[in-house]
Amino acid sequence: MTAETAPEPQSQMHWFLLGMRGIFSLPAIILMLSFVGFAAFTAEAKIPVEQVMFMTGMVWALPAKVILVGSMLSGAHIAAAFIAVTLSSVRMMPMVAALIPEIRDRRTPTWLLLIISHFVAITAWVFAMEHVRTVPREGRVAFFAGFGITLTVANIILVGLVYGAVSEFPPIVSGCLFFLTPVYFLTSIWISARHRVIYWALGIGLALGYVFAVIAPEYDILLAGVIGGTVAWWGERWLRQREAGR
Amino acid sequence: MSFDGLWPYIYIAIAGWLATDLWRWAGVLAGNRIDETSEVLNWVRAVATALVAAVIAKLIFFPTGTLETSPLWLRLGAVVFGAVCFFFGGRFRQILGIAAAIAFLAAGLAITGA
Repeated sequence: MTAETAPEPQSQMHWFLLGMRGIFSLPAIILMLSFVGFAAFTAEAKIPVEQVMFMTGMVWALPAKVILVGSMLSGAHIAAAFIAVTLSSVRMMPMVAALIPEIRDRRTPTWLLLIISHFVAITAWVFAMEHVRTVPREGRVAFFAGFGITLTVANIILVGLVYGAVSEFPPIVSGCLFFLTPVYFLTSIWISARHRVIYWALGIGLALGYVFAVIAPEYDILLAGVIGGTVAWWGERWLRQREAGR
Repeated sequence: MSFDGLWPYIYIAIAGWLATDLWRWAGVLAGNRIDETSEVLNWVRAVATALVAAVIAKLIFFPTGTLETSPLWLRLGAVVFGAVCFFFGGRFRQILGIAAAIAFLAAGLAITGA
Protein backbone atom coordinates (compact mmCIF):
# COMPACT_ATOMS: atom_id res chain seq x y z
CA MET A 1 0.00 0.00 0.00
CA THR A 2 2.73 2.43 -0.86
CA ALA A 3 2.02 3.56 -4.39
CA GLU A 4 -0.32 6.52 -4.47
CA THR A 5 -2.72 6.14 -7.35
CA ALA A 6 -4.30 9.20 -8.86
CA PRO A 7 -8.06 9.08 -8.42
CA GLU A 8 -9.72 7.38 -11.37
CA PRO A 9 -11.31 10.05 -13.60
CA GLN A 10 -15.05 9.60 -13.38
CA SER A 11 -17.12 9.20 -16.53
CA GLN A 12 -19.58 11.83 -17.77
CA MET A 13 -22.35 9.37 -16.93
CA HIS A 14 -21.21 9.36 -13.30
CA TRP A 15 -21.59 13.14 -13.03
CA PHE A 16 -24.89 13.09 -14.89
CA LEU A 17 -26.25 10.52 -12.44
CA LEU A 18 -24.89 12.50 -9.50
CA GLY A 19 -26.78 15.53 -10.83
CA MET A 20 -29.93 13.40 -11.19
CA ARG A 21 -29.66 12.50 -7.53
CA GLY A 22 -30.23 16.18 -6.77
CA ILE A 23 -33.93 15.48 -7.32
CA PHE A 24 -33.96 14.25 -3.70
CA SER A 25 -32.57 17.53 -2.37
CA LEU A 26 -34.40 20.19 -0.39
CA PRO A 27 -34.54 22.71 -3.28
CA ALA A 28 -36.01 20.12 -5.67
CA ILE A 29 -38.67 19.11 -3.14
CA ILE A 30 -39.62 22.73 -2.46
CA LEU A 31 -39.86 23.45 -6.18
CA MET A 32 -42.09 20.41 -6.64
CA LEU A 33 -44.37 21.70 -3.86
CA SER A 34 -44.51 25.02 -5.74
CA PHE A 35 -45.51 23.14 -8.89
CA VAL A 36 -48.32 21.43 -6.97
CA GLY A 37 -49.51 24.96 -6.22
CA PHE A 38 -49.11 25.89 -9.90
CA ALA A 39 -51.14 22.83 -10.96
CA ALA A 40 -53.92 23.92 -8.58
CA PHE A 41 -53.79 27.45 -10.02
CA THR A 42 -54.10 26.26 -13.64
CA ALA A 43 -56.78 23.70 -12.76
CA GLU A 44 -58.83 26.47 -11.18
CA ALA A 45 -58.28 28.55 -14.33
CA LYS A 46 -59.50 25.59 -16.43
CA ILE A 47 -56.47 25.41 -18.71
CA PRO A 48 -56.30 21.89 -20.21
CA VAL A 49 -53.75 19.66 -18.48
CA GLU A 50 -51.87 18.85 -21.73
CA GLN A 51 -51.23 22.55 -22.24
CA VAL A 52 -50.08 22.97 -18.65
CA MET A 53 -47.61 20.08 -19.08
CA PHE A 54 -46.48 21.51 -22.43
CA MET A 55 -45.71 24.93 -20.95
CA THR A 56 -43.97 23.37 -17.95
CA GLY A 57 -41.48 21.73 -20.31
CA MET A 58 -41.21 24.59 -22.79
CA VAL A 59 -41.06 27.65 -20.53
CA TRP A 60 -39.85 26.06 -17.31
CA ALA A 61 -39.39 29.27 -15.28
CA LEU A 62 -42.32 29.49 -12.87
CA PRO A 63 -42.78 33.31 -12.80
CA ALA A 64 -42.83 33.41 -16.63
CA LYS A 65 -45.50 30.69 -16.66
CA VAL A 66 -47.68 32.53 -14.16
CA ILE A 67 -47.55 35.60 -16.43
CA LEU A 68 -48.23 33.46 -19.52
CA VAL A 69 -51.29 31.89 -17.89
CA GLY A 70 -52.50 35.35 -16.86
CA SER A 71 -52.19 36.51 -20.48
CA MET A 72 -54.02 33.44 -21.80
CA LEU A 73 -56.86 33.96 -19.32
CA SER A 74 -57.28 37.63 -20.17
CA GLY A 75 -57.24 36.81 -23.88
CA ALA A 76 -54.20 39.00 -24.48
CA HIS A 77 -52.84 39.31 -28.02
CA ILE A 78 -49.90 36.98 -28.59
CA ALA A 79 -47.57 39.99 -29.06
CA ALA A 80 -48.64 41.52 -25.74
CA ALA A 81 -48.14 38.16 -24.02
CA PHE A 82 -44.70 37.84 -25.63
CA ILE A 83 -43.65 41.27 -24.29
CA ALA A 84 -44.94 40.58 -20.77
CA VAL A 85 -43.23 37.19 -20.58
CA THR A 86 -40.01 38.37 -22.16
CA LEU A 87 -39.71 41.27 -19.69
CA SER A 88 -40.09 38.84 -16.80
CA SER A 89 -37.41 36.61 -18.32
CA VAL A 90 -34.67 39.18 -18.93
CA ARG A 91 -33.20 38.08 -15.60
CA MET A 92 -32.36 34.72 -17.24
CA MET A 93 -29.57 36.42 -19.17
CA PRO A 94 -27.34 37.49 -16.22
CA MET A 95 -28.24 34.29 -14.37
CA VAL A 96 -27.07 32.13 -17.27
CA ALA A 97 -24.11 34.44 -17.93
CA ALA A 98 -22.97 34.02 -14.30
CA LEU A 99 -23.39 30.25 -14.42
CA ILE A 100 -21.65 29.54 -17.75
CA PRO A 101 -18.09 30.52 -16.66
CA GLU A 102 -18.52 28.25 -13.62
CA ILE A 103 -19.49 25.11 -15.53
CA ARG A 104 -17.86 25.17 -18.96
CA ASP A 105 -14.36 24.07 -19.70
CA ARG A 106 -12.31 25.05 -22.71
CA ARG A 107 -13.66 22.22 -24.83
CA THR A 108 -17.36 22.57 -24.04
CA PRO A 109 -19.16 23.25 -27.34
CA THR A 110 -21.45 26.29 -27.42
CA TRP A 111 -24.38 24.31 -28.88
CA LEU A 112 -24.35 22.09 -25.80
CA LEU A 113 -24.47 25.13 -23.52
CA LEU A 114 -27.33 26.58 -25.58
CA ILE A 115 -29.31 23.36 -25.07
CA ILE A 116 -28.71 22.96 -21.34
CA SER A 117 -29.35 26.66 -20.72
CA HIS A 118 -33.02 25.83 -21.24
CA PHE A 119 -33.01 24.09 -17.85
CA VAL A 120 -31.88 27.20 -15.99
CA ALA A 121 -34.53 28.70 -13.72
CA ILE A 122 -34.13 30.10 -10.23
CA THR A 123 -34.08 26.75 -8.41
CA ALA A 124 -31.67 25.04 -10.78
CA TRP A 125 -29.48 28.15 -10.78
CA VAL A 126 -29.31 28.39 -6.99
CA PHE A 127 -28.66 24.65 -6.73
CA ALA A 128 -25.95 24.73 -9.39
CA MET A 129 -24.17 27.77 -7.94
CA GLU A 130 -24.18 26.00 -4.56
CA HIS A 131 -23.01 22.54 -5.62
CA VAL A 132 -20.99 22.92 -8.79
CA ARG A 133 -17.79 23.72 -6.85
CA THR A 134 -17.82 20.20 -5.42
CA VAL A 135 -17.67 18.74 -8.94
CA PRO A 136 -14.46 18.74 -11.01
CA ARG A 137 -14.67 21.10 -13.96
CA GLU A 138 -14.86 18.40 -16.63
CA GLY A 139 -17.96 16.95 -14.98
CA ARG A 140 -19.87 20.16 -14.32
CA VAL A 141 -21.87 20.40 -17.55
CA ALA A 142 -22.98 16.77 -17.18
CA PHE A 143 -23.79 17.37 -13.51
CA PHE A 144 -25.96 20.37 -14.30
CA ALA A 145 -27.63 18.61 -17.23
CA GLY A 146 -28.45 15.62 -15.01
CA PHE A 147 -30.02 17.83 -12.38
CA GLY A 148 -31.81 20.27 -14.70
CA ILE A 149 -33.29 17.71 -17.09
CA THR A 150 -34.44 15.40 -14.28
CA LEU A 151 -36.02 18.29 -12.38
CA THR A 152 -37.88 19.50 -15.48
CA VAL A 153 -39.14 16.06 -16.51
CA ALA A 154 -40.17 15.24 -12.94
CA ASN A 155 -42.23 18.42 -12.72
CA ILE A 156 -43.91 17.84 -16.10
CA ILE A 157 -45.04 14.43 -14.83
CA LEU A 158 -45.95 15.83 -11.40
CA VAL A 159 -48.16 18.54 -12.90
CA GLY A 160 -49.94 15.91 -15.01
CA LEU A 161 -50.48 13.65 -12.00
CA VAL A 162 -51.73 16.16 -9.46
CA TYR A 163 -53.75 18.39 -11.83
CA GLY A 164 -56.92 16.38 -11.39
CA ALA A 165 -56.44 15.81 -7.68
CA VAL A 166 -55.89 19.33 -6.42
CA SER A 167 -58.72 21.49 -7.60
CA GLU A 168 -58.68 23.41 -4.37
CA PHE A 169 -56.56 23.42 -1.22
CA PRO A 170 -57.57 24.71 2.18
CA PRO A 171 -56.38 28.36 2.26
CA ILE A 172 -53.74 27.75 4.93
CA VAL A 173 -52.11 25.00 2.85
CA SER A 174 -52.03 27.00 -0.38
CA GLY A 175 -50.74 30.05 1.53
CA CYS A 176 -47.88 28.05 3.04
CA LEU A 177 -47.07 26.40 -0.31
CA PHE A 178 -46.80 29.86 -1.86
CA PHE A 179 -44.58 31.19 0.94
CA LEU A 180 -42.11 28.28 0.74
CA THR A 181 -40.61 29.69 -2.44
CA PRO A 182 -39.38 33.12 -1.20
CA VAL A 183 -38.20 31.71 2.13
CA TYR A 184 -36.31 28.92 0.43
CA PHE A 185 -34.69 31.31 -2.08
CA LEU A 186 -33.53 33.59 0.74
CA THR A 187 -31.83 30.81 2.71
CA SER A 188 -30.26 29.26 -0.39
CA ILE A 189 -28.77 32.46 -1.72
CA TRP A 190 -27.31 33.23 1.72
CA ILE A 191 -25.78 29.74 2.06
CA SER A 192 -24.42 29.55 -1.49
CA ALA A 193 -22.84 33.04 -1.46
CA ARG A 194 -19.10 32.82 -1.92
CA HIS A 195 -18.49 36.51 -2.52
CA ARG A 196 -19.33 39.41 -0.23
CA VAL A 197 -21.02 41.22 -3.12
CA ILE A 198 -23.78 38.56 -3.10
CA TYR A 199 -24.93 39.60 0.40
CA TRP A 200 -24.95 43.24 -0.67
CA ALA A 201 -26.89 42.49 -3.85
CA LEU A 202 -29.40 40.40 -1.89
CA GLY A 203 -30.10 43.16 0.63
CA ILE A 204 -30.25 46.01 -1.87
CA GLY A 205 -32.27 43.92 -4.34
CA LEU A 206 -34.88 43.10 -1.66
CA ALA A 207 -35.26 46.77 -0.71
CA LEU A 208 -35.35 48.05 -4.31
CA GLY A 209 -37.68 45.20 -5.32
CA TYR A 210 -40.22 46.67 -2.92
CA VAL A 211 -39.54 50.29 -3.88
CA PHE A 212 -39.85 49.73 -7.64
CA ALA A 213 -42.91 47.49 -7.24
CA VAL A 214 -44.57 50.56 -5.74
CA ILE A 215 -43.27 53.27 -8.08
CA ALA A 216 -42.74 51.40 -11.38
CA PRO A 217 -44.62 48.08 -11.18
CA GLU A 218 -44.23 47.22 -14.87
CA TYR A 219 -40.45 47.14 -14.85
CA ASP A 220 -39.83 46.59 -11.14
CA ILE A 221 -37.77 43.39 -11.33
CA LEU A 222 -35.60 44.67 -14.13
CA LEU A 223 -34.92 48.06 -12.54
CA ALA A 224 -34.29 46.61 -9.09
CA GLY A 225 -31.91 44.05 -10.59
CA VAL A 226 -29.85 46.32 -12.78
CA ILE A 227 -29.73 49.33 -10.44
CA GLY A 228 -29.52 47.31 -7.22
CA GLY A 229 -26.91 44.94 -8.62
CA THR A 230 -24.80 47.79 -9.97
CA VAL A 231 -24.94 49.74 -6.69
CA ALA A 232 -24.03 46.59 -4.73
CA TRP A 233 -21.12 45.80 -7.06
CA TRP A 234 -19.84 49.38 -7.07
CA GLY A 235 -20.09 49.77 -3.28
CA GLU A 236 -18.47 46.45 -2.55
CA ARG A 237 -15.66 47.11 -5.00
CA TRP A 238 -15.06 50.54 -3.46
CA LEU A 239 -14.74 48.96 -0.02
CA ARG A 240 -12.51 46.20 -1.39
CA GLN A 241 -10.14 48.74 -2.94
CA ARG A 242 -10.05 50.76 0.26
CA GLU A 243 -9.21 47.63 2.24
CA ALA A 244 -6.50 46.74 -0.24
CA GLY A 245 -5.09 50.25 -0.12
CA ARG A 246 -4.56 50.22 3.62
CA MET B 1 -59.08 32.69 -25.56
CA SER B 2 -60.22 29.25 -26.65
CA PHE B 3 -58.19 26.30 -25.44
CA ASP B 4 -59.08 24.10 -28.44
CA GLY B 5 -56.94 23.03 -31.34
CA LEU B 6 -53.35 23.89 -32.13
CA TRP B 7 -53.48 27.63 -31.41
CA PRO B 8 -52.83 27.43 -27.61
CA TYR B 9 -49.68 25.42 -28.31
CA ILE B 10 -48.44 27.97 -30.83
CA TYR B 11 -49.26 30.71 -28.32
CA ILE B 12 -47.30 28.94 -25.57
CA ALA B 13 -44.39 28.22 -27.92
CA ILE B 14 -44.02 31.82 -29.09
CA ALA B 15 -45.11 33.92 -26.10
CA GLY B 16 -43.73 31.42 -23.56
CA TRP B 17 -40.86 29.36 -24.86
CA LEU B 18 -39.28 31.78 -27.35
CA ALA B 19 -39.81 34.80 -25.05
CA THR B 20 -37.87 33.00 -22.29
CA ASP B 21 -35.23 30.98 -24.12
CA LEU B 22 -34.05 34.00 -26.14
CA TRP B 23 -32.62 35.40 -22.90
CA ARG B 24 -31.09 32.09 -21.89
CA TRP B 25 -29.30 31.91 -25.25
CA ALA B 26 -28.15 35.52 -24.88
CA GLY B 27 -26.83 34.54 -21.45
CA VAL B 28 -24.80 31.67 -22.93
CA LEU B 29 -23.26 33.92 -25.58
CA ALA B 30 -22.44 36.61 -23.00
CA GLY B 31 -21.21 34.12 -20.40
CA ASN B 32 -18.91 32.48 -22.94
CA ARG B 33 -16.96 35.74 -23.22
CA ILE B 34 -16.59 36.36 -19.51
CA ASP B 35 -13.43 35.33 -17.75
CA GLU B 36 -14.15 33.54 -14.48
CA THR B 37 -11.95 35.85 -12.44
CA SER B 38 -12.95 39.14 -14.05
CA GLU B 39 -14.64 42.14 -12.48
CA VAL B 40 -17.36 41.89 -15.15
CA LEU B 41 -18.42 38.52 -13.74
CA ASN B 42 -18.65 40.11 -10.29
CA TRP B 43 -21.05 42.70 -11.69
CA VAL B 44 -23.09 40.07 -13.54
CA ARG B 45 -23.31 38.02 -10.33
CA ALA B 46 -24.52 41.07 -8.41
CA VAL B 47 -27.18 41.93 -11.01
CA ALA B 48 -28.41 38.31 -11.21
CA THR B 49 -28.65 38.12 -7.42
CA ALA B 50 -30.46 41.46 -7.15
CA LEU B 51 -32.95 40.34 -9.81
CA VAL B 52 -33.76 37.18 -7.86
CA ALA B 53 -33.94 39.26 -4.66
CA ALA B 54 -36.49 41.55 -6.33
CA VAL B 55 -38.61 38.51 -7.26
CA ILE B 56 -38.42 37.39 -3.60
CA ALA B 57 -39.44 40.85 -2.36
CA LYS B 58 -42.47 40.84 -4.65
CA LEU B 59 -43.56 37.41 -3.44
CA ILE B 60 -43.34 38.61 0.17
CA PHE B 61 -44.79 42.12 -0.19
CA PHE B 62 -47.29 41.51 -3.00
CA PRO B 63 -48.31 37.83 -2.92
CA THR B 64 -51.08 36.48 -5.13
CA GLY B 65 -53.79 34.00 -4.18
CA THR B 66 -54.64 33.23 -0.57
CA LEU B 67 -51.90 35.38 0.93
CA GLU B 68 -53.05 38.49 -0.92
CA THR B 69 -55.45 39.30 1.93
CA SER B 70 -53.11 38.27 4.77
CA PRO B 71 -51.65 41.08 6.90
CA LEU B 72 -48.18 42.30 5.89
CA TRP B 73 -46.92 42.16 9.49
CA LEU B 74 -47.65 38.42 9.52
CA ARG B 75 -45.60 37.78 6.39
CA LEU B 76 -42.73 40.00 7.58
CA GLY B 77 -42.93 38.43 11.05
CA ALA B 78 -42.62 34.98 9.48
CA VAL B 79 -39.52 36.04 7.52
CA VAL B 80 -37.87 37.65 10.57
CA PHE B 81 -38.66 34.66 12.82
CA GLY B 82 -37.32 32.32 10.12
CA ALA B 83 -34.16 34.44 9.79
CA VAL B 84 -33.50 34.34 13.56
CA CYS B 85 -33.84 30.53 13.57
CA PHE B 86 -31.65 30.38 10.45
CA PHE B 87 -28.79 32.35 12.02
CA PHE B 88 -28.89 30.31 15.24
CA GLY B 89 -29.67 27.03 13.52
CA GLY B 90 -26.15 25.66 13.17
CA ARG B 91 -25.83 22.68 10.87
CA PHE B 92 -29.53 22.41 10.11
CA ARG B 93 -30.06 26.12 9.66
CA GLN B 94 -31.67 25.95 6.23
CA ILE B 95 -34.43 23.48 7.04
CA LEU B 96 -34.85 25.04 10.49
CA GLY B 97 -35.20 28.57 9.09
CA ILE B 98 -37.70 27.49 6.44
CA ALA B 99 -39.76 25.38 8.88
CA ALA B 100 -39.84 28.22 11.44
CA ALA B 101 -41.03 30.79 8.88
CA ILE B 102 -43.75 28.49 7.55
CA ALA B 103 -44.88 27.46 11.05
CA PHE B 104 -45.11 31.14 12.06
CA LEU B 105 -47.15 31.92 8.96
CA ALA B 106 -49.47 28.92 9.42
CA ALA B 107 -50.09 29.79 13.08
CA GLY B 108 -50.77 33.42 12.17
CA LEU B 109 -53.16 32.44 9.37
CA ALA B 110 -54.99 30.10 11.74
CA ILE B 111 -55.31 32.77 14.45
CA THR B 112 -56.38 35.56 12.09
CA GLY B 113 -58.86 33.13 10.56
CA ALA B 114 -57.73 32.78 6.95
